[in-house]
Amino acid sequence: MIEVKNLVKHYGSVRAVDDISFTVEKGEILGFLGPNAAGKTTTMRIITGFMPASSGTVKVAGFDVFDQGLEVKKRIGYLPENPPLYSDMRVVDYLRFVAAIKGVDKKTIDVEVHRVAERMSITDALEKHISKLSKGYKQRVGFAQALLNNPPLLVLDEPTIGLDPKQIIEVRELIKSLAHEHTVILSTHILPEVSMTCNRVVIINEGKVVAMDTPDNLTARLKGSESILLEIEGAIQDVQNELERTPNVLSVAVQPLAIPDTAQYVVESTVGFDVRKELAARIVKNGWGLLEMKTSGLSLEEIFLRLTTKEEEVN
Amino acid sequence: MGNMFTIFKRDVRSYFSSPIAYVVIGLFLAVTGIFFYLMLTSFLQYSYAAMMQRQNVPLNVNLMMIRPFLLNTCVIILFMIPMITMRSFSEDKKSGTMELLLTSPLTNWQIILGKFFATYFLFVVMTLVTFLFMIFLFIWGKPQLMPVLIGYLGLLLMGAALVALGNFISSLTENQIVAAVGTFAGTMFLWVIGFAADFAGKIFGPFFGYISIVQHFEDFSKGVFDTSHLVFYLSLTFLMLFCTYQSVESSKWRG
Repeated sequence: MIEVKNLVKHYGSVRAVDDISFTVEKGEILGFLGPNAAGKTTTMRIITGFMPASSGTVKVAGFDVFDQGLEVKKRIGYLPENPPLYSDMRVVDYLRFVAAIKGVDKKTIDVEVHRVAERMSITDALEKHISKLSKGYKQRVGFAQALLNNPPLLVLDEPTIGLDPKQIIEVRELIKSLAHEHTVILSTHILPEVSMTCNRVVIINEGKVVAMDTPDNLTARLKGSESILLEIEGAIQDVQNELERTPNVLSVAVQPLAIPDTAQYVVESTVGFDVRKELAARIVKNGWGLLEMKTSGLSLEEIFLRLTTKEEEVN
Repeated sequence: MGNMFTIFKRDVRSYFSSPIAYVVIGLFLAVTGIFFYLMLTSFLQYSYAAMMQRQNVPLNVNLMMIRPFLLNTCVIILFMIPMITMRSFSEDKKSGTMELLLTSPLTNWQIILGKFFATYFLFVVMTLVTFLFMIFLFIWGKPQLMPVLIGYLGLLLMGAALVALGNFISSLTENQIVAAVGTFAGTMFLWVIGFAADFAGKIFGPFFGYISIVQHFEDFSKGVFDTSHLVFYLSLTFLMLFCTYQSVESSKWRG
């Protein structure tokens, strides 16, 4: 459904999006996860054709976003970070307007407007002026607008922002139910939201894809201490042999340091087994000096940490 | 075409469902009305004086009343344009609805022309309401109709160029005040440059005169229709619409 290849976007000298590639299958829900200013919004804006990429290609349903923008735009429902509302209009007039510019047939506009209004449970607010609505309602009107004309692809930039906890649950359920007929890309900085709604997650940080996997696999990777960084003082060959003999260790990489008989070792272990205790015991038993030990692959964890802290603030 | 009309309708409705249209039109009517009253009074005094001197030929209403009134209105329009066009693009850029328009299956021209004609519609309504004054003149006097119509045609043509200019400047910024001040500077420039023409020497003088938007209106105000002025106003309109297109397109690249 979507094919993003080597996408790059510069703002002046800043690389907001740096060589991102991924594909999304039909009916899939893809979550974009990343801290603020990671490049999520920029990537989505390029997919929706709001702005062109500096280089790289995006194809939606086989159409190139840059060359066949209109074809792509017909197939996308887009909810930007700030819902694009005309505050001087009534909700129903606004939805009619959006339906018209999206090419909904004149005769079916009212039916279509009521369909999306019901779906977002805003039928009671249809006659109200948008400026008088609460933030949660505004967000839902923005969401309703994206559903007009039943586009096969939905691009939702932080769809649950500004909603109260009950509405957040409703919207998450809604997104899940949409997946049967739509393909969805959504961005968020809330980790549990991704694991609850998405089939697949792309984690972006500073414009780069840090990880791309199913939520379950990602969590597994975080729990298992995959690789451990050690700095040990002792005869290098002996140490390496001893480390390799340790149960559940898959491989050992050596990086000698300037000091004699001292080296850094990166130990890969089976996912789900913490070998740190055993390693320490063996090193001590042999009388070597254990100078440093830490789990590596921290950058990913760091991101998650930052994200999970955000979740605490949100609730 | 249909999409352009949808944008046009939305913007027009937004102008007329808010106080904007009424404030702008009301202000314009008040200012032009005062000038109309003053000119009419002095015209009547002249006529009275002429009657006392037993001149049998009545004074020409077209030349002594309508022409100065149209010239005056033309200058007042320069002050009104920023109020008409300041919202056009800036409002959408600020509220994020530009993002909606640009990600909807619309071409840039549909957006630009829809917005241009919406502001132009407001301008046309505003200008034509002053035709009421003319109706009074027709009821109690005998002016010639054709010169009046040509004068109004001139106002509408000049307005198209100025409204396009205002739309262009509005598309450059998301701040309505900046858009208004910028457009005001633009309209004033196109007016004042005509004064500079007299002192600018042989090369720049005629050029300054040519780009002065008010000088092209002089013939219209006399009731003379000269296609060179028509070409000038239409070219300026197209140029400004083209600049707007470039501005909308480049704002995408800048992000």
